[in-house]
Amino acid sequence: MSLSQAETVAVVPEETGGSLGREAWRRLRRNPVAIAGAILVVLFVALALLAPWLAPYPPDKPVGQVTPTSIPGPSAEHWFGLDDLGRDEFTRVLWGARWSLIIGVVSLLLGMAGGFLLGLLAGAFGGWVDSVVMRLVDMVLSVPGLLFAIGIAAMLGSGLDAVMIAIAVVNVPIFARLLRGQMLAQRRSDYVLAATSVGVRRRRIVFGHILPNSLTPVIVQGTLTLATAIVDAAGLAFLGLSSNDPSIPEWGRMLADTQRYLSSAPLLAVFPGLAIVIAALGFTLLGESLREALDPKYRR
Amino acid sequence: MSTPTDPAVADSPKTASAGAFPDGSGVSGEPLLSVRGLKVHFPIRKGVLLQRVIGHVRAVDGVDLDVGRGMTYGLVGESGCGKSTLGKAVLRLVEPTAGTVRFNGADVGGQSPESMRRLRRHMQMIFQDPLASLNPRQSVESVLSEPLRTHGFAGNRSRRVRELLDLVGLPAGAAARYPHEFSGGQRQRVGIARAIALNPELIIADEPVSALDVSIQAQIVNLLEDLQDQLGLTYVVVAHDLAVVRHVSDVIGVMYLGALVEEAPSDELYAQPLHPYTIALMSAIPIPDPEVEERRRRILLTGDLPSPVDVPPGCRFHTRCPFRQPTRCAEESPDLREMRPGRKVACHWAEEIAAGTIRAAASAHDPTATEVGTPSS
Ligand SMILES: Nc1ncnc2c1ncn2[C@@H]1O[C@H](COP(=O)(O)OP(=O)(O)OP(=O)(O)O)[C@@H](O)[C@H]1O
Ligand code: SF4
Ligand SMILES: [Mg+2]
Repeated sequence: MSLSQAETVAVVPEETGGSLGREAWRRLRRNPVAIAGAILVVLFVALALLAPWLAPYPPDKPVGQVTPTSIPGPSAEHWFGLDDLGRDEFTRVLWGARWSLIIGVVSLLLGMAGGFLLGLLAGAFGGWVDSVVMRLVDMVLSVPGLLFAIGIAAMLGSGLDAVMIAIAVVNVPIFARLLRGQMLAQRRSDYVLAATSVGVRRRRIVFGHILPNSLTPVIVQGTLTLATAIVDAAGLAFLGLSSNDPSIPEWGRMLADTQRYLSSAPLLAVFPGLAIVIAALGFTLLGESLREALDPKYRR
Repeated sequence: MSTPTDPAVADSPKTASAGAFPDGSGVSGEPLLSVRGLKVHFPIRKGVLLQRVIGHVRAVDGVDLDVGRGMTYGLVGESGCGKSTLGKAVLRLVEPTAGTVRFNGADVGGQSPESMRRLRRHMQMIFQDPLASLNPRQSVESVLSEPLRTHGFAGNRSRRVRELLDLVGLPAGAAARYPHEFSGGQRQRVGIARAIALNPELIIADEPVSALDVSIQAQIVNLLEDLQDQLGLTYVVVAHDLAVVRHVSDVIGVMYLGALVEEAPSDELYAQPLHPYTIALMSAIPIPDPEVEERRRRILLTGDLPSPVDVPPGCRFHTRCPFRQPTRCAEESPDLREMRPGRKVACHWAEEIAAGTIRAAASAHDPTATEVGTPSS
């Protein structure tokens, strides 16, 4: 019987107990900003998903009489009034949420996938692979995002897919740089050295150790990027770079279409504008409080 | 029950050393670990697109040392002097800039990735920060079975995990838990269990207790000593404080700014330190006897620790040395030379200082004097 066995110690979970995720969850639940963000996000997503069932009228057909000088405002039948072509504005804002969500999520996923691949390459190999990828990323990032997206969308010849690809491309370098930075930091950490030291192979080190510990900020960034993607999509649509299909109501194009009627029907600009702000605000608040909750600096 | 079943490996490290390595060395009498001229210089880069190297952090700057089988080599030096980097370079966890490391006669630097992977089994590290050394998403079971799995351990892995936990004094229930659920001392036990999982011959323990509560430190030191007896381990124990390594080490090396300045058998180093830096370190250790403590002269060092980016020319210690002489010190770099059998020192004036013909400059009341040997953190 050795000394070390004699002084066996009981495993005492420390005060801070619980898993990292559970702890972050606890902090998130206590943060009013997070709750506000979550409410906005849930509202937005629910309306977007349920738009076809919630919308009282068809989104692309006139449902009332309008002339350029008299566009009826909000009423009991038409909560947000009618638009310049006599369509129900409330219905169009609802459907707009649906399209915003689709465009936002698709372009986010595309951008994340691209950034993930590049970041993984750079972070896993380092060396010249890293240098090449990062120079590329720096170059792209030096162009203002929206400007770059406009260029790409215009080049691709406008349309929904052009918008989604343009926004995705703009986000690729952001995710690439983020993941690569995280992975390089983890690569130098002691637990990775320890794994190397006991003979764990490179592939398992990258996928089993480094990558899982590098993903948290990517998820946070994803939430924040959804906000900018929604705003960017509206911007591109406003500039006429999105789909021309009238059955696809987009907040950005609704804004553009109502410009001429700003004096007679100012509310037509307010509703889609507010919708954009609320959706983007929801994801931003949620993303920022996620970041805070997951940041070890704020751990107590 | 004190002998654990052999892990992983059909060819145990002991038999492997008899001639499994390419050059067939590993003859008894040769040290288990032999380091020659080891340097690790980290480039400092500047610029965005074309990164120019504008200097080097000379973290390890030419180290020679030998560690005999079954011995404990204590490595001491102030924070930032390159102890961790030296330890990692020996295990090739950072790539050395120059120099050779021979382990059991095999050149560690000349291994292919796969043979390096197999060689690593015999040399492990215990880390300075136990929490950082454990993957936060890995249960203890997974931490301890990973080495077994990657080296194709034939036996029952979870039994071996229980056995390792038992060896380091943790209950079997610890296997299902995650690093953040443990106290610092328990985490370090997990780190130690991982280090011994493959029955290594050499363990580099990088400040194994400096992150721990004082009350826990002795337990961990005892555990390391017990394991050495049970498993026949050879240790390099790193510390920033002579007090920690004093009792466990056979030989102590004192490091300053990336280089060894003195090396001696532990008791001789304490009886008579030869290098001015060691003398200063030693005078900073409080002596329990209050009367001796009162009369004793404390040697305080002046000036700041130079940056490893700008290592002073000549003797690297001359900017702070209380024994500095007008000749040689600032111009000529002293080699680590064997002054007497077993006593190595890198100082031009070691004989005169030992004989008392050169005395320390009176700097005890210098307001800029700093005490060494106390952790800065
Ligand atoms: N990857 C790196 N890149 C650049 N510089 C480094 C790197 N690792 C260590 N250094 C520098 O090398 C020097 C030695 O560091 P090292 O960690 O080996 O010191 P140490 O003696 O272990 O100190 P401590 O007692 O604080 O652990 C320090 O100046 C440190 O800043
Ligand atoms: S060589 Fe000179 S400066 Fe260096 S330690 Fe000896 S006395 Fe001091
Ligand atoms: Mg260190």
